[in-house]
Amino acid sequence: MDMTYAPAIPEIVLACLAMALLMAGVFGLERGRTVSWLCVVSLAVTLLLVLAGGTDRVVGLGGLFVTGAFAVYVKVLVLLGSALAIVMSLTFNERESLDRFEFPIVVLFATLGMLMMVSANDLIALYLGLELQSLSLYVLAAFRRDTLRSSEAGLKYFVLGALSSGMLLYGCSMVYGFVGATGFDAIAAAVGEGGEPSLGLVVGLVFLLAGLCFKVSAAPFHMWTPDVYEGAPTPVTALFSVAPKIAALALFVRVLMEPFGDLADKWQQIIVVVAILSMAIGAFTAIAQENIKRLMAYSSIGHVGYALVGVATGTEEGVRAVLIYLAIYLFMNVGVFACILAMRQNGSAVENISDLAGFSKSRPLVAGIFAALMFSMAGIPPLAGFFGKFYVFMAAVNAGLVPLAVFGVLASVVGCYYYLRIVKVMYFDEAVEDMDRPLPSEIGVVAGLSAAVVVLFVVVPWTITDFAGTAANTLFAG
Amino acid sequence: MSSGVGLLSIVTFLPLVGVLAILLLCRGTGEDAIRNARMAALWTSLATFVVSLFLWFRFDPGTAEFQFVEHVEWLPEFNIAYRMGIDGISLFFVLLSTFLTPICILSSWTAVQVRVKEYMIAFLALETLMVGMFCALDLVVFYIFFEGVLIPMFLIIGVWGGARRIYAAFKFFLFTLLGSVLMLLALLAVYLEVGSTSIVEALVYSFAPDLQIWLWIAFFASFAVKIPMWPVHTWLPDAHVEAPTAGSVILAGVLLKMGGYGFIRFSLPMFPEASEFFTPLIFVLSCVAVIYTSLVALAQEDMKKLIAYSSVAHMGFVTIGIFTATNQGIAGAIFQMLSHGIVSAALFLCVGVVYDRLHTREIARYGGLVHRMPAYAAVFMVFTLASVGLPGTSGFVGEFLVLLGAFEVNTWVCFLAATGVILGAAYMLYLYRRVIFGKLERVDLQTMLDLNPREIAVFAPLVVLVLWMGIYPSSFLDPIQMSVQNLVDQHQAAMRAMGETAAVAAKGH
Repeated sequence: MDMTYAPAIPEIVLACLAMALLMAGVFGLERGRTVSWLCVVSLAVTLLLVLAGGTDRVVGLGGLFVTGAFAVYVKVLVLLGSALAIVMSLTFNERESLDRFEFPIVVLFATLGMLMMVSANDLIALYLGLELQSLSLYVLAAFRRDTLRSSEAGLKYFVLGALSSGMLLYGCSMVYGFVGATGFDAIAAAVGEGGEPSLGLVVGLVFLLAGLCFKVSAAPFHMWTPDVYEGAPTPVTALFSVAPKIAALALFVRVLMEPFGDLADKWQQIIVVVAILSMAIGAFTAIAQENIKRLMAYSSIGHVGYALVGVATGTEEGVRAVLIYLAIYLFMNVGVFACILAMRQNGSAVENISDLAGFSKSRPLVAGIFAALMFSMAGIPPLAGFFGKFYVFMAAVNAGLVPLAVFGVLASVVGCYYYLRIVKVMYFDEAVEDMDRPLPSEIGVVAGLSAAVVVLFVVVPWTITDFAGTAANTLFAG
Repeated sequence: MSSGVGLLSIVTFLPLVGVLAILLLCRGTGEDAIRNARMAALWTSLATFVVSLFLWFRFDPGTAEFQFVEHVEWLPEFNIAYRMGIDGISLFFVLLSTFLTPICILSSWTAVQVRVKEYMIAFLALETLMVGMFCALDLVVFYIFFEGVLIPMFLIIGVWGGARRIYAAFKFFLFTLLGSVLMLLALLAVYLEVGSTSIVEALVYSFAPDLQIWLWIAFFASFAVKIPMWPVHTWLPDAHVEAPTAGSVILAGVLLKMGGYGFIRFSLPMFPEASEFFTPLIFVLSCVAVIYTSLVALAQEDMKKLIAYSSVAHMGFVTIGIFTATNQGIAGAIFQMLSHGIVSAALFLCVGVVYDRLHTREIARYGGLVHRMPAYAAVFMVFTLASVGLPGTSGFVGEFLVLLGAFEVNTWVCFLAATGVILGAAYMLYLYRRVIFGKLERVDLQTMLDLNPREIAVFAPLVVLVLWMGIYPSSFLDPIQMSVQNLVDQHQAAMRAMGETAAVAAKGH
């Protein structure tokens, strides 16, 4: 067993920085933006270390930890998502009196957990990363502890999250019981021996999948998502909708492709059903929503469904499609939440879709960005969202999953309706009350950045797709 | 095969320069900014039109090959590239798009007073997407342009439309999107089969007959909604009625042609056997469309709705012409689309003229306009007669060629389609009589002013074109000819091959 620490250096550095900042917070830098910006810097440092680590597959920490192009790709997305979420929280937290130094530091710990999930090469490491992430996120959901909604969101998330962790752990123990090992490589070797896999292993896999479906909020394990998204403070929702989702989906992909890659014919049917349910629930339930955060919750369930279409193929092309989808999803979602954070009337945040009426007149630029992001989410070319779906459906058609692809495109037409509804409210309806000015500059920058990515992706798609291709390749090379 | 960027890309993306100019230079909301935005849009679109004329001058009518071909690597690992090029089939659709856009912008000079900058941006973006769609020689590029059109059109209907604009905008968007996404899957299937997204390669590939049937259905779902065919035409009357005048012009003038263009470019040459198999279905649906929607048009009280239904009927002719798979039929269908693009656009503009003055489209509110507006009456008459298909106008040539092609294939189809011509004369002349002739009784009509110089500038080129296309159609038919002939030859070769395989199979049993 190789006990090298080298591949985990970014995570170790991040952990040290987070603890140092915690100390700094306790003994001095109580208020103000200093801690937040230092946290962003820590994430940037980690990002550089991740990139410096190279894209070769390296196993470390006695086989618990693995890094490679896949891990690097996903970690870049996760770190970007977390950093942007902290940046977006700055002004909001000040205005809502949430600007406590713990906030960005808890985000750092959550991010650390996500990085560990992405690099997990063992069921124990997987669980450790997942729990570090989840516990931090429970705290964040309830961060506005004086309000009922936020506390309720935190508690709900905790109870259901604990339940799903329990299921996941049960699945892990079943797998361990029938394989005799927790390492992914050992499981892969045992599964790959051929012959009919034992029933216990399959049951364990099912439990594992159920737990993971909870974490990515795929139907039918999505119940917590709308309540938590609605109740949590908006910057926390922004974080929820990107970084943890990307990390959990990456974990999902790794678990299915690496240790259980040879059981593809077993898990494929489950993923297909989960994908169909997620797309359907995401599309139909969102139609009736009035609260924009709730709407985004259902929208994210739908997006997970599309990403799972790529997972269901079980091919390298499918994984690549998922990775491209995740990158595009990150930029779209961050942009949308920046726009949601810009929704303020008379000094307080508003969350109803109807409050957006006449947004295009009072804030033409933000409304334009919001509209572009909505069309992108709906998957209309030439915006980036179309390409996310395009690659996923191409992989599905190529893998012979034509009925799933047909269902997917039909669901996307239904889903289109509610994205269009937001455009309609902003552009076609008359304003009741104007939105506050001016916009915090960092929100404007984030929104502009994401809009630029969404619009310009069509011109330079290879910047993302090439990297995703390399990343997907590492899962299938061995 | 040349590579790099050339004339087609300039025509396609020149309007975006105008968009940038409006975005960056026309700041503020004052009168000057609005005026500058209008001017920028008009001059950009005129420049685009002038550049696009060079395509016509430099077009070689002696070959069926794609011309002005461009090739830029885009996603090489998937063999998806930015490929552009035009042949005789697409040449005039490009010109139609670049010709109608300045007319649209000029026609909304005073009619649009709110959010002028956004309006101009939407039209210029729309022009880029339309031109790009007709020039695309790559399936993915084609799809991006084809579907991208929905965004500006949705906004044009929804923001500047009439009372029920929201319903109409959603219906338009979701109807056409539903058809398009199925085509997307078919495009993916074609790509995986051919191994490249090049349309040129896909056109010469022979697909297995079973696969052809499925792919044909998926493409049909998209084009049938777009063109539109009965019974999926219901979005069209709503969209036309609620859209602002210029929106209706572009919708009728260019967007409907995307469906017909798709049938000619994809369905017929790529899936010849499936096309043959489904031809009876097309004929039935088209004949129903021609007769049924003509009757519906007769009963309309709203001018725009009447013209919208007449569009569905005219597009019925187009689909009949295409699927006769004869030289006359297809050339006639293309000509009919071009003619309809000009004539229906002009008719919507005619409605727009009186709507701007009286703010109603109800036919019963008008009457006797000839006494106050003789010039308007004359212009309206030209387009009414062109829509009816009077010899000497553009409408006649297309209808005649289509009927000729249909007669060769199936006399019943020809007979039923010909009744549509009679019905067409009935509803158009009935409309004309009710609006223009009769006594000038209403008080508000007595103060109506005749066409102003701007409106004359809008209509003059349209009148000239209608007469030119009617009197000397060869200038337009000649460049089309080689490409159509090539298409028909290939179709017949495929049919012969199918016949031989069937014969071999029969022998084997």
